[in-house]
Amino acid sequence: MSNVTTASNEAKWWGGGKSPFNVEYGKVMMWYFLMSDAFTFGAFLISYGTVRFSTNGWPDPNQVFRSFPFAPEGMHAPLVFVSIMTFILIVSSVTMVLAVHAGKMMDKKGVVRNMVWTIIGGIAFLSCQAWEWNHLYHEGAWWGVNPFINADGTASSTNFTNFFFTITGFHGFHVFSGVVINIIMLIMTLMNKFEERGHYLMIEKAGLYWHFVDLVWVFVFTCFYLL
Amino acid sequence: MSNHDTHSAEHHHDAIAEIKKVTIILSVLTIIELILGFWMIGMESQSLRLAVKGSIVILMLAKAFYIVAYFMHLKHEIKNLIMTIVVPLALFIWFIAAFLSDGNSFRNLRNTYDPHFKEQSTIKVEQKEHNTSHEKAPNVDAKEGVHDNNAHEAK
Repeated sequence: MSNVTTASNEAKWWGGGKSPFNVEYGKVMMWYFLMSDAFTFGAFLISYGTVRFSTNGWPDPNQVFRSFPFAPEGMHAPLVFVSIMTFILIVSSVTMVLAVHAGKMMDKKGVVRNMVWTIIGGIAFLSCQAWEWNHLYHEGAWWGVNPFINADGTASSTNFTNFFFTITGFHGFHVFSGVVINIIMLIMTLMNKFEERGHYLMIEKAGLYWHFVDLVWVFVFTCFYLL
Repeated sequence: MSNHDTHSAEHHHDAIAEIKKVTIILSVLTIIELILGFWMIGMESQSLRLAVKGSIVILMLAKAFYIVAYFMHLKHEIKNLIMTIVVPLALFIWFIAAFLSDGNSFRNLRNTYDPHFKEQSTIKVEQKEHNTSHEKAPNVDAKEGVHDNNAHEAK
């Protein structure tokens, strides 16, 4: 019996009178925004790939990103610092899921606790990125300047630093806006706004954005530090 | 009412178990990626490097799938919504294939028909030691000057 009901319901998703996506308007629009944002990031990363494919030499990321805060002079640790940044972002994504879940259970305390952790994770990631940019700047790398030679020992172009700073900068800007959104959500939770509305859908939408930021980092991290 | 409570408690338990499972999967995939990354340092064989890079890309796509499907909850949405998001993203397949092969073709053309480009990419240069210049913040113009001299010496 219940099967029959489901089948007829599915046939009528587009029959009018009900929501064919079965989610709230704001959430659909957040998904569409994230799709457009995915194309923006995709265009950046693909243009980076295209330029890299059209060049004979490219700097070795393990020669460029090998520093660590408070590391003794001359100590090289490729991949270590960026692994920490990656794990910070994954953990903050997990706390965000937990906040969304607590919101579904109408558990205000859980939402507040997990949102605070998510915000701390976001700020930690931004601090790491600020340190890395500052370090690279002091090594002489910036838009238009590239002190690193190619992996095969030939002279490099400024494409490497231009793409690196533009794309990680654009991602960092997304992290920053995500942190701002999360702080606003935390304040609204503390002011009981969502309790009054009877649902925590805003936390879910902020969560979608925050996971997207993590998703983009998966691609940026792979393209710049591993490949 | 009590029936409803046990139902939501079960749901709660399932959801938490799923979050734990996905967290572990994402961490393991990241650790494998990093191991492959460390393994690639100083690897000589170009074909092996390419194979490792291919594996890293596959792991990256797996991570993306887990984040979108479980953390962003897309797997639990209804099919209409999944399709309206995933189908347009299929454009990326064309996007990546077309642009990367275009870049590759441009490199081949330049290597064949542009002797200057080909020559430039075979001349070795010295890496400037930049670890020592920590104290003085680089003046962008000065650095550019160094860069130019470098290119000049190479010629």
